[in-house]
Parts: sequence; structure tokens; C-alpha cells
Amino acid sequence: MGSFLDSINLAFLIASAVKIVFFAFMVILPMVAYSVYLERRISAIIQDRVGPNRTGIPLTLLGFKKDSHIFGIGGLVQPLADGLKFLLKEDFTPAHVNKFYYWLAPAIVMVPALLTAAVIPFGSELDLSWLTKIGVDGAWLHKPIKLVIADLNVGPLFTFAIASLGVYGIVLAGWSSNSKYSFLGGVRSSSQMISYEIALGLSIVPVLMIFGDLNLSKITEYQDANGWLLFPAWGKGAPWENGWHFGRWALLVPVFISFIIFTVSMFAETNRAPFDLPECETELVAGYHTEYSSMKFALFFMGEYAAMIIGSGLAVTLFLGGWSIPFAPWLGLDYKAGATPAWLGLAHIACFLAKVVCFIVFFIWVRWTLPRFRYDLLMKLGWLVFFELALANVILTAALLMYFKI
Amino acid sequence: MIESYLPILIQALIASGFAGVTLLLSVMLGKSSKRNAMKDSAYECGMLPLGEAQPRFSVKFYIVAMLFVLFDIEVVFMYPWAIIFKDYVNTIGHDIFWSMMGFVSILLVAFIYAWKKGALRWDN
Repeated sequence: MGSFLDSINLAFLIASAVKIVFFAFMVILPMVAYSVYLERRISAIIQDRVGPNRTGIPLTLLGFKKDSHIFGIGGLVQPLADGLKFLLKEDFTPAHVNKFYYWLAPAIVMVPALLTAAVIPFGSELDLSWLTKIGVDGAWLHKPIKLVIADLNVGPLFTFAIASLGVYGIVLAGWSSNSKYSFLGGVRSSSQMISYEIALGLSIVPVLMIFGDLNLSKITEYQDANGWLLFPAWGKGAPWENGWHFGRWALLVPVFISFIIFTVSMFAETNRAPFDLPECETELVAGYHTEYSSMKFALFFMGEYAAMIIGSGLAVTLFLGGWSIPFAPWLGLDYKAGATPAWLGLAHIACFLAKVVCFIVFFIWVRWTLPRFRYDLLMKLGWLVFFELALANVILTAALLMYFKI
Repeated sequence: MIESYLPILIQALIASGFAGVTLLLSVMLGKSSKRNAMKDSAYECGMLPLGEAQPRFSVKFYIVAMLFVLFDIEVVFMYPWAIIFKDYVNTIGHDIFWSMMGFVSILLVAFIYAWKKGALRWDN
């Protein structure tokens, strides 16, 4: 134990804590809040309404003469108002519930959703050596900081393992609420989530076969140098490098199928429309969180959006190059281990976030475009279409890799 | 190696702390009002609940759960295989492909059995 404690240095611990606070609380949580706002605005545009557009800061409460709308252009402070409302609402625990599990369930939904963020690389690395010029000093400044909270060798596996813990929260919420709506919602939801987890897990096996690695940072670095998996336009991955290579073109087919299965399974996994049967309003009121109110409801809500953001992050990392800037090697904006300037590190973070936001807009767009599935069709799609397709896709990828010796 | 999991421990603590603190804050800041029998009933603003709240439910959900355990293990088993596949094929040979085909085909037989038995039918 002593040697284990010795091997941890303080700088590593502080760096991890700073990264956690930055990524989980200054990136993910604001993104959760603003993707709710975005969802309301986009759904309003799709349905030809206006949406929440007038929330401003009530300066009169703070002693000013007039309220200001300057800080709340287009209702931008709406998420803040929502958050305050959640905190100030009555925290009501109905008499008929199983109290302990009723309180535990929202936390079990929220914690895994935040925890999965740990393995997603949200940037390449940040060079802090410029700090020495303004007087800060220390040995830790001379080594660039890797922008991933925990650089595990089992990235996607960890994400799936932890994300599936969220099922417990939903089952517990449905069961402990002692209400038929919640119960049916919980049962439906858990069944749907475990069904699609198989397709989700299988869909990335071809990706792993192509990369030959489970470390998400290494996967992203590879894509930065050799072209994104879905868009191999530069580096070794490009089909026109080393003569026109038919195998590389052919490999795009299983990658594309993987991407489709992964994305659709992600919709089902996060209980988003068109697969939002667990909270199908017309049948089940609100599904497993019917009996929840105030902050406990908000934790379910935030957990769902956080899961969506992490899912988008994982999809972006695996298929669309993560933090990598398109055509980076041509523009000279690629990652150079240990020699990436600070501005480029920040640009990589911005690029990652931009891709994730695009993905979230896609999620929202789909929700307000497609009608809800029927439950038997949902299970049929998961078990008889996606499972088979993903398995065939693995075999196809294996055959292609074997035949073309890529 | 093990210290790379340390940030995860820290994050788990911080995330649980966040969930706990928000729940606590809402208890402290939230308004509280009188309870009454109506308010305590299940789905207060809807119809009065009839019968028990946790009715017996379809056995299909159990079957799906069992099939999930079976096939999820298959998926997890495929991960290490997928990681070494490219290197193995390029350096040693093709037997890695055929051995996985054997494994998958055995599981596929089980899957087809479950399918034909109607374990995956939800429309009746």
C-alpha cells in the first residue's frame, strides 16, 4: 500500500481534480442546461412557435430601477430560472412510496451519467509552460497536461459498463414509486435499454477491429493523423494514398453501418424519441418519474441529457475524430505529442465541443421529426434487425481486413 | 496502472456529492405545505388508482433479461478478439477468424432457437 501511495504524486491528483471540475461541471452541466433550452427553442421553430424567449435577469429584485433584457437576449437565462425553480419547488415525497429507494433512484441515474465523462478525451493536450513567463513555477508545468480525466486502456468498455448502471436507477424509480404508471414505465425502460445495449456493444466491434485499440485518446490521435473513421480524407487512411486502394473504400461500408447502428441504439439507450416509450405521455403520463417532483425530477432530467451528451461525445470520438480538426495535417493544425502549442490545445477543445453540439442538434431534430415507435416494433428492431446486422457487420469487417490486409 | 483509475474514484465522489448536495438543497430551500390524503395518492392529479400498484407483468420481460445476459457476454468476449484481430491476421494467420465464426455460429443456433420459440415476439 505504501508503494502505491508513493506512486501517486500530488500534481497528478490536483490536475485530475481540476480536469474533473472543468469538464464535468463547467462543460457538461452548462451543456445540459443549454441543450434543454436549445431543445425548447428548436422544437418551437419546428412547430412554428416562438419558444421561451423573454426570460431576463430581474434587476428590480436587486434594487435597480428597471429590469434588463440585455443579458437575457432570446431567453438565454431561461436555464438559470429553471434551475432556481427546481430548487425552490416543494420537495414532496408521497406517502405510498418506498422512501429509501425513492430517494436513491435519481442519484443513481445522475452519477453514472457524469462518471462516464471520465474517459472521453475532450481535447489533445494543454501546454502550460507559458505560465513560467508570468511568474508561476513548478516542475509540473513543463509537461503538457493531457485533456482526458482518466486515460484508461478500456475506454468504450468502461463507458458501456458505467452507463448501464443507469438502468438500476430507472428500475428502482419505477418500482419504489408504487404507482402503476411508474412501474410500467420502469419495466419497459429497463427492457428497452438492455435490449439495445447488445446492439450498441456489437456496433463498435468493427471500429475496434480497425483501430486495434481501446484507448480513446490513442484512437483520436490515430484519427487526427490518418483521417477520421467516417471521413478518411488525409493521411494513411485516405484511399488515394499509396495508390488507389479499393480495400479502404470497401471498409467505409461497415464503418457506416456501425455508425447508423450506434447512433440509433444511442437514441434507444438514452430513452429519446422516437424510442421514448418509457415516458410515453399518452399511455404512461411520464413513465418512471411520474411520482417525482422538484430536484429529484430534475436529476432524472439532467441525467438523461448528460447521457445524451456523453453518448454524442463517444460517437464523435469513435467515428468523427474527436477533438481533431478536419484536414489538420494539411493545415498544420495536427496534434504533435508534447509539442502542441497552448492555442492549438484550446482549438482542439473548441472543435470537440462544436462536433458534440452538432450531434445534440441532430438528436433534438430527430426527436421533433419522427413519431414514436410501437413497443413490439421497438423490440423487433433491436433484437431481429440491429443485433443481426451488427453481427453480420463484424464478420464483414473481419473478412475485409483479412482479404485486403489493411 | 492502477493509479489511472484514481481520477475515476475522485469523479465518482464528486458526482455523488453533487447529486447529494442538490437533493439536500432542494429539501432545505423548497417550500413545504400541508399533506393530505389526496395529495399522497399515486398520480395525484389523475384518476384514483385501482388494484395493486405493482401488478404481475408479462414473463417476456424476464426472458429478454435472460437473453441479454447471454448475448452481452458474447459481446464482451468479442472485444479482446477485436483488438488483436488486425495484428494477428497480418502476422500469424486466419485461424482467429474461423475460431470466432465457430463461437458465433453456436450462439446463433441458440438465438434462432429462442426466436423460433417465440421469445422475441411482442405482438401477441
